Amino acid sequence: MRLIPFAIGFILTVGLIYVLDIKMGDVPPEGKLLSPSHGLWKNAEPANAAFNLSLTAGYLKDEVSVHLDDRLVPHIFAKNDPDAYFVEGYLHAKFRLWQMEFQTHAAAGRLCEIIGEKVGEVSVLELQDRKFRRMGMVYAAENSVKLMESMPEMKASLDAYTAGINEYIGKLTPAEYPIEYKILDYAPEPWTNLKTALFLKYMSYDLARDFDDFEMTNLRNHLGKDLFDKTFPVSQDSLDPIAPRGTLFTPSVPVPSMPAGAEEVYLNPSKDSVGSEGYAYRLEPRHPDIGSNNWVVGGAKTASGRPILCNDPHLGLNLPSLWYEVQIHTPEYNTYGVSFPGAPGVIIGFNDSIAWGVTNAMRDVMDFYEIRFRDSTMGEYLYNGVWEQTVWRTETIKIRGKADFVDKIPMTKWGPVMFDRTYANEMKNNKAYAVRWSAHDPGMEAKTFTMLNRAKNYDDYLAAISNFGCPGQNFVFASKSNEIAWWQQAQFPAKWRRQGDFVMPGWDSSYSWQYNIPLQDNIHMVNPERGFVATANQLPADTTYPFFLGGTHDLFRGVIINRYLRQMDSISAGDMQKMQNDNYNIMAEMARPLLLKYVQRDKLDSKSALFLDKFERWNLRADKDEEGPVVFAEWWAELGRLVWNDNIKRPDSLPVPNPQSFTLLEALLKDTAFVFIDDIGTPQKETLDEMVTRALQNASGRIEKGPMNWAGYKATGVRHLLQSLTPFSRLNLPIGGGTHIINAATGNWGPSWRVVVHMTDETEAYGIYPGGQSGNPGSRYYDQFVDQWVKGEYNKLWIMKDNAAEQQQAKWKMTFTPVRS
Amino acid sequence: MKFFASFILIGLLSYAAYLFAAETPWWMFAVGAFIAGIAIKQRAYAAFFAGFLAVFVLWAFLTWQMDTANNGLFSAKMATILKLNGSSMLLILISAFIGGITAGLAAATGSFLRKKV
Repeated sequence: MRLIPFAIGFILTVGLIYVLDIKMGDVPPEGKLLSPSHGLWKNAEPANAAFNLSLTAGYLKDEVSVHLDDRLVPHIFAKNDPDAYFVEGYLHAKFRLWQMEFQTHAAAGRLCEIIGEKVGEVSVLELQDRKFRRMGMVYAAENSVKLMESMPEMKASLDAYTAGINEYIGKLTPAEYPIEYKILDYAPEPWTNLKTALFLKYMSYDLARDFDDFEMTNLRNHLGKDLFDKTFPVSQDSLDPIAPRGTLFTPSVPVPSMPAGAEEVYLNPSKDSVGSEGYAYRLEPRHPDIGSNNWVVGGAKTASGRPILCNDPHLGLNLPSLWYEVQIHTPEYNTYGVSFPGAPGVIIGFNDSIAWGVTNAMRDVMDFYEIRFRDSTMGEYLYNGVWEQTVWRTETIKIRGKADFVDKIPMTKWGPVMFDRTYANEMKNNKAYAVRWSAHDPGMEAKTFTMLNRAKNYDDYLAAISNFGCPGQNFVFASKSNEIAWWQQAQFPAKWRRQGDFVMPGWDSSYSWQYNIPLQDNIHMVNPERGFVATANQLPADTTYPFFLGGTHDLFRGVIINRYLRQMDSISAGDMQKMQNDNYNIMAEMARPLLLKYVQRDKLDSKSALFLDKFERWNLRADKDEEGPVVFAEWWAELGRLVWNDNIKRPDSLPVPNPQSFTLLEALLKDTAFVFIDDIGTPQKETLDEMVTRALQNASGRIEKGPMNWAGYKATGVRHLLQSLTPFSRLNLPIGGGTHIINAATGNWGPSWRVVVHMTDETEAYGIYPGGQSGNPGSRYYDQFVDQWVKGEYNKLWIMKDNAAEQQQAKWKMTFTPVRS
Repeated sequence: MKFFASFILIGLLSYAAYLFAAETPWWMFAVGAFIAGIAIKQRAYAAFFAGFLAVFVLWAFLTWQMDTANNGLFSAKMATILKLNGSSMLLILISAFIGGITAGLAAATGSFLRKKV
């Protein structure tokens, strides 16, 4: 034996294995990752893979059969709800485990555990984990779980769903982990009901966050009330609200009124009183393209005499997709639709009696209150003239490769103090702000969906959605007995005009939300005379609605949808598919006459004149190869900058919000001498024609540099949740549409699930989402539907009725058997 | 002859490690190569090459097989992420090479436990 060579060899071998076994910086553990037994090769799913399965689970009460069709859609046949949710949980985990865990880690402020404190120079700790925790996400999820677990039936559903996920995770070996675990080098952990609640709260974050109070306050202080009201009007003139104008509202309760003195200290404070104070907080604003369409046409307007329900929620376009198609059949109901991997039941769907769909209500349910602490210990804060005790909430953030970070969050009567001297205190002004968010209040969102799944009629639908707390949604409804309806539903705070648009004084309880709007006062329509209901994130009602609506609302999609639906008759499911893919730009229809009237043609250079010509000859459709929409997008954006920026930008460069595009359009259509047109940086007074012309000249340079076709310009992509893994994404898709267009496919947002449900005796349904049923980038089912989605195609949804008789048509079968004693 | 026996033994042990992936860590094949290095008396460089070749060939074959069944869909994506220009073949060769080096070192180390040839 040769000890020294042996020792050297041994150290070299073990050292090599060690190096290949660990993640170093961003480099994944190469040995583990490339090994044929454990690595990425295990995720390369054979093209002819079979998905049959036979499994025994002690949790089940009865046998459950799952038939998978050729698109990998599971059709679950169970004898009771918990068994169905157990299997749904199992399937979510089997096909989508990584995304469910990643998204709930993000919601819980736990990304540092996986990816460390920083990615490059970006602090994951500050921008992700601390933000989510201080926003009260975990606090909100805990409140929600407490409430849901207090209801035996709800608890049984959640427990079964969790048990199903853990059944899968429990038997998972490292070789079988989804590829993202292998690249980032970590392992899945058991699921809990809290994670389900966190997932649903994450949707509130996505759809009902409203951090713009700080920027709005900056702008109000800078412009003063009168000019501010012109940049952010409370309502728009040309609006076509969801409840048509003229709808009468008679509130069942007294309407809240503005606190005494708010006019001077809140709405229109003098420049002296606000002094040089400002708010530096620029948090990711609510995404401007967030939104959705849904509509229902009643039997009087369809060829069949039965309602058709349509929905296309516009969300971040991601892979693996947010949605997972599923059918759940029990003796009580037969429901088909899309589910969230992370929550039980079907979220948007239909059963043998009814169908439902959702869009976002876009109302402001997140407000900020300035807190006056007694001293730097933050132990007491002023509230109605009394020093109140702070309650501390401790959040421990684990960081990969580092010591834990302990965040102590002061809790007030309003909610958690999101910003204080320890967090995001760019101003160094030692001020503190608490967040009041309706997502903190215990809500039963999960219950809404499990009840909708089994709803038989309008009353069941109403009972189901009355549980819904946050984020506010437009629930549309259709039944086979020819009822159609819409409710804008959630626990909405009853607000006075402009309450919560700006930061409010946290030492004065008269600024608090006084009560939630009673459910019967939420805006709704049932079987309207015009024969349809339609929502597209526009204001739900005009200003005669007695409660303040707040938030930011789109306008154009609602106008074009209502126009089409008013005109249409003898509608078929095919007509509705065509309409969901419609690329007509109604905003351009309104803006083009104005631009063409004021542009000074004789002053244009040849390049600008050429672009003007393309714009003038454009058919107003944002189809993928069109050139006109490129000119319009750049021209309008530049006009906005020219008109607004000199007025709204603060000299101290504190952030201010960008006015919405229709605010400018409406102002210019109404008043060609709109006060903001003049460039205040020049001695002379600019006119609209000068500005329109200059905007085109400036835009031409940019247009020239970019691709001259609409799809290439807007570059729609469906991106993997880890954006750096571009090969797992589908980028530069040849699809038309865009902002303010029914087919709302923008750069990374768009119609995340297009569905058309025709409520004939035998339900006729079509759906498509830009993804695939498998979350594994190594599977052919990963992005299976993306190309179809781009082309505007649909899959006909196969609604199985009978377990035994139809199973021959399915491709694979899974059997879940209880343990017989 | 010894070289060939060593090659076969390491190949077999590594294939067994591959089959028992659920129960063993990814580097189990190196333990096999190490044992073979002890069991079959050879010069260290011969043991190294036997280990290297056995696992290189085995891993190249296994990964090629899995890649073919997958129609090369995933390896092309991973070869882009790992900055290999999207080349599935390169990804297969690098995988096999890493396995080979590890097995070779382990086998050579094992051979040092025997008296000089």
